[in-house]
Amino acid sequence: MPNLRTPLYQWHVDHKARIVPFGGWDMPVQYAGIVAEHKAVRTAAGVFDISHMARVSFGCSDALTLLETVFTNSVATMKDGQVRYGFLCQEDGGILDDILVYRWPYGFAAVINASNREKILAWIEQHRTGLNVDVQDQTFRTTMVAVQGPKAVAMCVGMFEADPSSLKYYFATPTRYRGQECVVSRTGYTGEDGLEIMVPNVLGVSLWDDLIARGAVPCGLGARDTLRLEAAMPLYGHELNDSIDPIRAGLGWAVKLEKGPFIGRESLQTAAAKPGQHPVRVGLEVEGKRAAREGCPILAGATPVGLVTSGSFAPWLDKSIAMGYVAAEFAAPGTTLATDARGTMLPARVVPLPFYKRMKSEK
Amino acid sequence: MNPSDRRYTTTHEWAKLDGDIVIVGITAFAVEQLTEPTFLELPAVGKALTAGKPLGIIESVKSTSDINSPVSGEVVERNPLLIDDPATGRKAGLSPVNDDPFGQGWMVKIRSAPGATLDHLLTAEQYDAQLSSEGH
Repeated sequence: MPNLRTPLYQWHVDHKARIVPFGGWDMPVQYAGIVAEHKAVRTAAGVFDISHMARVSFGCSDALTLLETVFTNSVATMKDGQVRYGFLCQEDGGILDDILVYRWPYGFAAVINASNREKILAWIEQHRTGLNVDVQDQTFRTTMVAVQGPKAVAMCVGMFEADPSSLKYYFATPTRYRGQECVVSRTGYTGEDGLEIMVPNVLGVSLWDDLIARGAVPCGLGARDTLRLEAAMPLYGHELNDSIDPIRAGLGWAVKLEKGPFIGRESLQTAAAKPGQHPVRVGLEVEGKRAAREGCPILAGATPVGLVTSGSFAPWLDKSIAMGYVAAEFAAPGTTLATDARGTMLPARVVPLPFYKRMKSEK
Repeated sequence: MNPSDRRYTTTHEWAKLDGDIVIVGITAFAVEQLTEPTFLELPAVGKALTAGKPLGIIESVKSTSDINSPVSGEVVERNPLLIDDPATGRKAGLSPVNDDPFGQGWMVKIRSAPGATLDHLLTAEQYDAQLSSEGH
């Protein structure tokens, strides 16, 4: 089956993007260069085509019940317009996906990883039996764009009927763009302030062009990956998979054990009650300019104690960083370890996450 | 189009004869694929190299790649522009590789065995054909 393409695909090709397959889609990995795109987001604003992310809506009377059953974070306590990060877990606590849930007056929506779209739709289908829920995959109906960076929100003032600068972090609003309904959300995956915007496909290219005209630099998935790594945000398939639970991943804040029954709760209760039984996610600062890539063994002395899940030279921090899982006794910040980069031992040190934290200026 | 005064490997290195010395670098296509090199490791002078085996490593933000030696022989010189100079404290950059991979960005000079040639390597025409057959 050929890969899917977003409504912006032709724009990417016309503007000399390098296209790579990602999660079943043909996506731009970079335009001018990852380093320049990365720095644009840290200093001003960049714009990303994220239309490959799956978007699913949940309507009717049992939508809340279904989401409370499958989602690890609390849904009932969300306000209208609020956005929450959390997980869909198996009974054993293994992560099926990390998602964002949106609460609207008329129902809910979720943004799901592109590569997990079909798996999660099937999982939801399996757990809605007997419930009155209308589940719709909206992925192919809208274009989704992220505009990220310290100047991103101010740049978008005046584009929509609603004022995006009045949105709180992790809140969204339905509004209008060029007369048509759209959603503007103060969320992102770069460690910067910014917006994620969903518009009808017919307005996708015009939204993209408008953002660039206002000064946003087009950025590919390459910069998105290095930006999220500096911000220590996990990526499904790397830091997260179905044999890792959110507690081990250091993301227990998005699991609400006290909220009532949900799939995986008993296993996660056990994991939370007995820390130290399994490897945990850590950040590593690697000496020198070489990167410790995914799959590189992590060693304490000569003993293997874990594996790198993501690693790169960090363009903004100007050093080599990595995330990985190590046995709990080696996870304390300051611990001296090494990574084996194809036979060369690179000294590394456990550091607190995130590697990069922006100066907070927004509400 | 790649310069016709040298030969090429299928793994995107080039080799140019200069008397009994072979100058080695990576192609513009390799640089474009790597995008923005961040790290380069070259072999020490005197190191014996084997044709088709790694002579060094080049990294970019996204990837780590071996640089394969086009010929067998002994390293006689490394490009000083690409090596830190502890004596003067000068930090080398990789911009010569990025900006001029066929010229200023050469990597090592190798003295090959007497009588060795570059005949086993691709001509510029063959290398161009390889790139277009890969869809570039």
